[in-house]
Amino acid sequence: MRFAETGYNLEVDLSTGNVERVETDPRWTEQHLGGLATSSRILWDRCPPEVEPYSEENLLIFAAGLLVGTPAPGANRTVVTTISPQSLFTAYSMMGGFFAPELKHAGYDKLILRGRSPSLVYLWIHNDKVEIRDAAHLAGKGANETADLIRAELREPKAQVAAIGLAGENRVRFASIEHGRSSASRLGIGGVMGDKRLKAVAVRGTRDLNVARPAEYMELCNWVLKYIGIREQKPVPGVMPILAGLGSPQEMKLIDEEWHTTNFMWGNSRTRRRDFWTKEIEEKWKGTQESVRKRLVSCYNCPMKCGATISVPGVATYMMKCFSKLTYTMAAYSDLDFGFRIAQRATEYGVDAFSAPQVMAYGLELLEHGILGPADFEGMPADNEGRFYWLLDRIVRREGIGDVLADGTYWAAKKFGKAAEDLAHNNIKKHEQLPLKLGMLNPVYFLMYCTGEKSNITQIEGQFPQAPFATMAEREDFVKDWVQVPDEKFKKYLLDWELRGERSNPNYPTVEMSCDIVDWQERMHHIDDALGMCAGLGSFPLKPPYHIHNYPAFIAAAAGLDIDEAGLTTIARRNRTLLRALNVRRGLTRDDERPPDDHWKKRFPDLEQKLLDGYYKFKGWNLRGIPTESTLNGLGLGFVADDLKKRGLAIDDDHPSHGQDSAPADHPKAAS
Amino acid sequence: MDPTSKKRKKLVKTIRIDVDKCNGCRACEVICSSFHASPKYSSSNPERSRIRVIREPLRDIYVPVYAGEYTAAECSGRDKYTIDGKAYDECAFCRASCPSRSLFKEPDSGLPLKCDMCESDPPLEEPMCVQWCLNDALVYEEHEVEVEEEEGVEQGELELGLESLVDRHGLQKLMDTIARMKKKG
Ligand code: SF4
Ligand code: SF4
Ligand code: SF4
Repeated sequence: MRFAETGYNLEVDLSTGNVERVETDPRWTEQHLGGLATSSRILWDRCPPEVEPYSEENLLIFAAGLLVGTPAPGANRTVVTTISPQSLFTAYSMMGGFFAPELKHAGYDKLILRGRSPSLVYLWIHNDKVEIRDAAHLAGKGANETADLIRAELREPKAQVAAIGLAGENRVRFASIEHGRSSASRLGIGGVMGDKRLKAVAVRGTRDLNVARPAEYMELCNWVLKYIGIREQKPVPGVMPILAGLGSPQEMKLIDEEWHTTNFMWGNSRTRRRDFWTKEIEEKWKGTQESVRKRLVSCYNCPMKCGATISVPGVATYMMKCFSKLTYTMAAYSDLDFGFRIAQRATEYGVDAFSAPQVMAYGLELLEHGILGPADFEGMPADNEGRFYWLLDRIVRREGIGDVLADGTYWAAKKFGKAAEDLAHNNIKKHEQLPLKLGMLNPVYFLMYCTGEKSNITQIEGQFPQAPFATMAEREDFVKDWVQVPDEKFKKYLLDWELRGERSNPNYPTVEMSCDIVDWQERMHHIDDALGMCAGLGSFPLKPPYHIHNYPAFIAAAAGLDIDEAGLTTIARRNRTLLRALNVRRGLTRDDERPPDDHWKKRFPDLEQKLLDGYYKFKGWNLRGIPTESTLNGLGLGFVADDLKKRGLAIDDDHPSHGQDSAPADHPKAAS
Repeated sequence: MDPTSKKRKKLVKTIRIDVDKCNGCRACEVICSSFHASPKYSSSNPERSRIRVIREPLRDIYVPVYAGEYTAAECSGRDKYTIDGKAYDECAFCRASCPSRSLFKEPDSGLPLKCDMCESDPPLEEPMCVQWCLNDALVYEEHEVEVEEEEGVEQGELELGLESLVDRHGLQKLMDTIARMKKKG
């Protein structure tokens, strides 16, 4: 008997209509756990680098992590993995909600889709019964609307649905997959679903999911609930409210947006408005939020409430979470009411709420700078908000200028030349970033921005505070009950970290410490993503219930896999390295690993190169950012080494053996 | 008052449900199914839970409903509520395991489920679904009332299951089947 996992994947070939239930190899669970990691392994085996994102050969994998569906609070993530049409690297986007647990109860750890259907279809999975059904009548329908229509026609109110809107159908390169209160948004996976002509997946499962050591496991789960209860009463002092508690940033609950509106950038990540937040705005926004917010809602088996049901008069009800509340508002220099209104339409269309607003603001910049002319925007209303609605409508339909913008700022800029490329200033690896421009380089964030395989900071950052505490008393207070640290040295890093002076950014944390800190944060994300645990209770917040010291016990009791911290750390390293190798095989180089040029005002080219050198070395990668042969072999990834070698990728160790101070003159330097 | 009637004290166990506090997480379903698994906590499956949350997020409908009595035949009349402008589905608040719907039936056998207030030995301080509802949408209360002495015992789970099988297949067929199974050993 398999524990925690079902031991089966569902394979569907949309070209031929072939459906298979395939038993998985339990050794993969021992090596990788599951979720993102085993999906990466499948991509490695079955998606060679020649595979185009929009092709029959590309795979679209919906994975439920190893602990999903067990009683562990927050174990509910669906990880969607594919080759990104935007970055052309691996895309993995996670969504909360209710989909993955339902998939597990239907008897599958993953749904693996390949091929391309001849016409628009949806998939209906009801335990063993799997049907590919016609979706002609759903063409052009909104994502939420589609979910409702499918539940009604199947007469299955309890079916969980993941669907695309018009953006996905029209292969917008930043289209999302929507699932009620949640969405898998980043890197254009909705476009891949649309390319496969798959409008939606509906699933209903009524089977048991077993755990190996029931009493032990329940004790651990009960402890998590108790800890969450206590932690909710004890927000971390001295940090911004959104960082003080557990869960995703509590954007739906919190009203005070002074920090975001005066620190994040408006427009196309362009302007900082330090004086924006006034008493008047506060009153007005409070009124708006309280009047449209009907209820705070959670994901499967989680006591937190990170999402909300939003009902704006005159607009259909929808659900929202996190920062999408402000992305449209700020991109358009508008008002919160506008943000809530347009987000409803954007959710039905299914677009990434980080990329879409920036792309629209970028489009208007092209007009302002005369790179595009009024003829390109014919029919666009004159009022500010109206222009954003108009652009959104064009983009998801790929009409006129919308057809170019639908490819995102990077690819659109390519069409219009140098001046346009300069305006597309907020990308990493072709992917729009948080609208954030700062002063002094932060070495830890520099590394995370550069090297994160998903190119999305919120999927890398986590358990180490983002900034130093001002006073020693605060620091001492913080480290007092900091049990989550993998090693005592992290406490010292924090205690010594100052706002100013020698031990402050950019030279402190030092290169070595920065590598340690990044490594810890990544490790936790990779564990969460393999287990299907919400980052909001694991890798993302300060002082979470799940951490490196107690995860081995959860995995042992649920899945019957006896591993210790060292073993779990090795698995996380293996998984992280495999993902890196996937991207290296698809052409990722050191030159790609750079934050937007204007991300920080104060940059330090030499230090930055030292940071990258140090990080690569720490990871066992060479100066090109490629895992070395001995690293790969040591992690049991010899097959990866063989493949990279066969393809002529240099996997030798080219770090100088003495004097870590300077990099060799000929190593590729990223221009900045 | 009739002086001949015998009174006895009975403990009434109540779960107060505040739908306004429900965040729709279904933790109550998870833990109920896990608590009633055998061995205890060895598996989870909301379909086996004795509490189900009727959820329609986009209509802001969240109604935790406890499995009540098994009924062999559906009601001849149905109810439909509108509260605060929200129209609830037919029978939304009904607790019965009823042939008209799939709610509160074991997924494999179709046998009815009924909330037993997590009866166990030693008794729990609070039912599991209440313990796992950190949002206080479910709150446990106990109070004593005086009731007439009654004969008879509460219908147990096995009896409840058998009754539903009798309803479905007839007593004779059921007894024949049991006899046959007994022979097979
Ligand atoms: S912490 Fe928030 S986002 Fe995470 S599972 Fe819970 S409700 Fe969902
Ligand atoms: S556990 Fe509580 S909040 Fe969660 S669904 Fe059940 S009743 Fe609602
Ligand atoms: S009281 Fe116990 S048996 Fe009844 S629904 Fe709650 S957990 Fe289930």
